[in-house]
Amino acid sequence: MKRLELRNVRAYYRLLIGNREADVRAVDGVNLEIRKGEILGLVGESGCGKSTLAKVMLMNINPPLFFKGGTIILYTRSGNSLEISKLNREKLKKDVWGKHVAIIPQEAMSALMPTLKIKRIAYDVLRSHNPDISLDETVSLLTKRLKELGLPDYVVDRYPFELSGGMAQRTVIAISTLLNPEILVVDEPTSALDVSTQKLVIKTLWSLAAKGIIDSMVFITHDISVVRQIADRIAVMYAGKIVEVAPTEDIIFDPQHPYTRGLIDSIISLEPEVRKRGLRYIPGQPPNLINPPQGCRFVDRCPFAKDICRKKEPPLIKINNDRLVACWLHVKG
Amino acid sequence: MSHDLLKTKNLTKVFESGFLRKTYIKAVDNVNIFLKEGEVVSLAGQSGSGKTTLAKMILRVLEPTSGEIIFKDKNIWRDLKGLKDLKWYWRNVHIIFQNPFSNFNPFYKVDRTLQQALELIGIDPDSHEGKQLIREALEVVGLRPDETLGKYPHQLSGGQLQRIMIARAWIIKPKLLLADEPVSMLDVSTRGKILELFLKLRDEQKTTVLFITHDFGLAYAVSDRVMIMYRGKIIEEGTPDEIFFNPKHKYTKELIESVPMLYRKWKFEL
Repeated sequence: MKRLELRNVRAYYRLLIGNREADVRAVDGVNLEIRKGEILGLVGESGCGKSTLAKVMLMNINPPLFFKGGTIILYTRSGNSLEISKLNREKLKKDVWGKHVAIIPQEAMSALMPTLKIKRIAYDVLRSHNPDISLDETVSLLTKRLKELGLPDYVVDRYPFELSGGMAQRTVIAISTLLNPEILVVDEPTSALDVSTQKLVIKTLWSLAAKGIIDSMVFITHDISVVRQIADRIAVMYAGKIVEVAPTEDIIFDPQHPYTRGLIDSIISLEPEVRKRGLRYIPGQPPNLINPPQGCRFVDRCPFAKDICRKKEPPLIKINNDRLVACWLHVKG
Repeated sequence: MSHDLLKTKNLTKVFESGFLRKTYIKAVDNVNIFLKEGEVVSLAGQSGSGKTTLAKMILRVLEPTSGEIIFKDKNIWRDLKGLKDLKWYWRNVHIIFQNPFSNFNPFYKVDRTLQQALELIGIDPDSHEGKQLIREALEVVGLRPDETLGKYPHQLSGGQLQRIMIARAWIIKPKLLLADEPVSMLDVSTRGKILELFLKLRDEQKTTVLFITHDFGLAYAVSDRVMIMYRGKIIEEGTPDEIFFNPKHKYTKELIESVPMLYRKWKFEL
């Protein structure tokens, strides 16, 4: 069932303020599982830690970010389990990244080397995993993959600047998944694109999963209307923590955490329901993650806050079939 | 004699680039629009459609290649002469940019942005009346004056800065407020508050708001009227319901089909 499991994962940024060190608790006690064959949407607003979590779940951690604690276990296609939170960088590079897990960071399309043709870029990527591969082999692999994803094959002989934004992004997706990783993590893959291009990129991501090129995907975005188009489940993150996880339709039509509810109500989409509902917003701002509140991190903005919410952190508990919520309103007794 | 607050006649802007072989781009192509008092009008289109170029010409910072902009029966590129006329114009036509941080000078406290607004309308910012007006304006946009005044831009969030810009507009009381993607850099959970304030300016001060956006959802939610811009031309104009639920132009239809919805799911096939 499980593909990747995160248990109480913490990762902080170490800052130097004056001559005093302070930690920004960007990912702070995250429990999350990514299931086999699912597309999991990870949504949240700016500064909630979602991009940090993307790097942390694959153990791609660079200072000032550091791994504070927790366990991350990868379950591979061949049935092995691998505790990647224990591996060092060399080992991760050699055995995990690219082969089992791949990440497409934000703005990846602008990271393509401008003086190399696409085939050379793909060649460099593949060579770092298999030093014996030839350029010809790379071209045939890449051509096949582009075709599978509905992209024209002339792309292999183009320079990055000759491609439009959407084409470049889809090419990046094709190159990052050449080794058929089990898990693909994409971070805001469409935020710089026009809506028509955005739809093409989303379709490309969907077909990666539908064709079984990748097995599971984590789709990170601030835009729920985008991710809901292909996600099976959605995890909502707030101030460094996961506050709710549920199947997509349940999150959208029946949100249970007060933050999820506030967020869904604030979305302005091109739909009559939304115009009828009028403009909504969540008052206040997210807490400072250097000194987060002791209890629930949403407490200062929550219309239902009780005494206990200020004192104790709510646990992430199962409230019905397939929903997890971290809120005292849902804790019985 | 018309009752339009502002209108354009065959407004065109051509950009030229290149040195030996010149290429010409018609960023704004023969545009005729009108804006009435006290309405929120969206100018919606994709990136590169010419929305911001049109706004810059209306703000009178970018000179048109041809055509006219008439504001209160004055041709703004011909009839305004000297600093006094320009001050008059910019007191009446104001803009809020997309990036809240670029609206502010990082070296000065945010107070200065509001104090300059007072100077523009001839009130001494150090007078009792001036100080009172600043506090009042901040309260109108839902900020606590004691927690806001005396701060530098980096100490406030994007949403708070954008609200200060609206407080500034509330002080100056422009007839026309150009808002160029004013919420696209803000978090979803704070956008509603900012958009509400534009409607408040319209309702309480009869301000006309030209709301420039690429986001059809926003245009639908806040507008009295919508104009769709495509390749420098206004291709469609009407009420939000007409434009978004009964579009006439092929391009508008195509775009609407690509807009992701919250309550509706796309179906893909292999």
